[in-house]
Amino acid sequence: MADTAPEPNAETLADLIEAQRHLEGPLLPILHTIHEAYGHIPDTAPALIADRLNIGRAEVHGVISFYHDFRRLPAGRHVVKICRSEACQSVGGAALSEAVLAKLGIGWGETTANGAVTVEPVYCLGLCASGPAAMVDGKVIGMLDTDRFDRVLAELGA
Amino acid sequence: MKVFLSIDAAAKAVGSEDVAEALTAEAARRGLELDLIRVGSRGMVWLEPLAEVEIDGVRHAFGPVRVEDVPALLDGTLAGHGPTEEIPFFAGQTRLTFARCGVIDPLDLTAFEALGGLTGLRAAIAAPGDVVETVKASGLRGRGGAGFPTGIKWQTVAGAKADRKYIVCNADEGDSGTFADRMIIEGDPFSLIEGMAIAGIGVGATKGYVYMRSEYPDATATLERAVAIARAAGVLGDGVLGSGHAFDIEVRVGAGAYVCGEETSLLNSLEGKRGEVRPKPPLPALEGLFGKPTVVNNVISLATVPVIFEKGAEHYADFGLGRSRGTIPLQIAGNVKYGGLYEIAFGLPLGEIVNGIGGGTRSGRPVKAVQVGGPLGAYFPVSGFDTPFGYEEFDGAGGLIGHAGLVVFDDSADMLELARFAMEFCAVESCGKCTPCRIGSVRGVETLERIAAGDAGATALLTDLCETMELGSLCALGGFTPYPVMSAIRHFPDEFTGQREAAE
Ligand SMILES: Cc1cc2nc3c(=O)[nH]c(=O)nc-3n(C[C@H](O)[C@H](O)[C@H](O)COP(=O)(O)O)c2cc1C
Ligand code: FES
Repeated sequence: MADTAPEPNAETLADLIEAQRHLEGPLLPILHTIHEAYGHIPDTAPALIADRLNIGRAEVHGVISFYHDFRRLPAGRHVVKICRSEACQSVGGAALSEAVLAKLGIGWGETTANGAVTVEPVYCLGLCASGPAAMVDGKVIGMLDTDRFDRVLAELGA
Repeated sequence: MKVFLSIDAAAKAVGSEDVAEALTAEAARRGLELDLIRVGSRGMVWLEPLAEVEIDGVRHAFGPVRVEDVPALLDGTLAGHGPTEEIPFFAGQTRLTFARCGVIDPLDLTAFEALGGLTGLRAAIAAPGDVVETVKASGLRGRGGAGFPTGIKWQTVAGAKADRKYIVCNADEGDSGTFADRMIIEGDPFSLIEGMAIAGIGVGATKGYVYMRSEYPDATATLERAVAIARAAGVLGDGVLGSGHAFDIEVRVGAGAYVCGEETSLLNSLEGKRGEVRPKPPLPALEGLFGKPTVVNNVISLATVPVIFEKGAEHYADFGLGRSRGTIPLQIAGNVKYGGLYEIAFGLPLGEIVNGIGGGTRSGRPVKAVQVGGPLGAYFPVSGFDTPFGYEEFDGAGGLIGHAGLVVFDDSADMLELARFAMEFCAVESCGKCTPCRIGSVRGVETLERIAAGDAGATALLTDLCETMELGSLCALGGFTPYPVMSAIRHFPDEFTGQREAAE
């Protein structure tokens, strides 16, 4: 992901913006496209977006900072999102995520020292009858316990 | 050999893709002709991955199927559950909205039509002037949480004069314990598309948006493919099913903000703004997306519309209790033995849902509490189990049904911690527009931490704070966070006495 992402240069960014600009309310689709391409929103992006959409930079910044999904810094090679919501809590989700973070030696939103894994909180994945649930690089996993989670983390090189 | 295998995220999460691969490989190894059909979920989540084998034209259920079960499944020696539709959890349901979910390949438009799909849309095209009346007569109320009569909302938009109107589908489904929107989109997306097209024809809107939450990549992919298929088949486009009505749909993805499920926040988000809540009035029905008259409806509200037109408003309205008409897809979740989606007429007592259908807890310990209606819903103790499942009935019992998710907790649940979490969630997700929600939630977390540390006197302060949030917040995020908090205090006062640390 972040490792293989192209260097953000003004031209590619402009192309990404241009591809979505025809939409009604194009800002979120533009941010998603850029986020997908680079794994985060590069620092150079907001000014370019503001310019192309003819809106203020502060407005673009305001939108980026409002939404939990948009990272300002690159993530690790893999992103693990662990559900913190009530249904997962009811089957031991809180203890599980604490154990995972302790094992990796990081806090929520942080990346392991070897750059392999970033762990982020997520509030429900719609897998509430098969919790505790998580999502690894966009793929869902349910009925997790520490053993199963350890195997997942090992596969990711954490 | 014909095998149906669930492709729902709840099945993928427990290994259905490995099972699919193993099935194909094992069949090839044996030279067996395998007709593997991927379907949505039957809603019996504890049986996922659920495989069904057609025996003499009847689908028999097997599950949870593991990779190592595959040879026995193909041999016909794997122990199963008999005919799928005779499993009590399934047989007890009244499936109207979810009639096709789990039965057909979600992207097979022909199969959709063969089971009643597009009948409702054709009826709407034949009599567009009757659409609003039919929805009103069905008694359908919004399934997103507020329970507002859908027909009345449509009437307002239909009556508004504008050069452009919109149908916006709220697929932000952020409530813990809910997955009905995800399941119908992954299992029968054409029903939502059909419902939105009927809405468009009924109110004179030509453009629809579906606002999907970013946490649902599988559902988003399925819906995008379904929209493309519907467009290619002429269900969407300049002339819907060859009529003079134009209607098309665009799928948009949110960015991880719970509050964007609130309809005005959602509209701001669609417009490319911060998802801040707008004061009402103006109603979105009159000044909604880009200031135009807009229908905002939940996925289930819209996906239920086709069956109302297919079977008649009266047929739908005949189910239910009091002013809660029709059926409701209950989502039985959390620490529960038989979790999943159960569609039934309104009116079932809470205890019957939790113990009768859900079979009690997964852990085998006694049930302590059930949170109904998501993170803004109240906790019900066992003494509230006679409450019938209906809008007014739950309101009367100090709760709400919300999007009909039920999260079961066993006796190990820490009610003070759950109350603290409710406040923390509100603090994390507050849009920041109004003070009671933005600041109140932070103070709420602090106050609950004080109670946990032994300051029992802080409970009075918390009660006061909750009252301020309830009365002063701009939307139900700050306004309803007091529900889980105060219900926990009301029903489990012993856990808020500040004596906990001392007792332990
Ligand atoms: C904080 C908050 C979150 C909400 N989340 C959702 C949601 O995820 N899905 C939904 O349909 N409605 C949600 N609602 C309710 C919507 O504001 C609105 O009532 C609903 O989309 C209207 O559709 P309906 O009449 O079909 O229910 C939420 C409301 C609040 C206050
Ligand atoms: S609460 Fe964890 S998936 Fe819904």
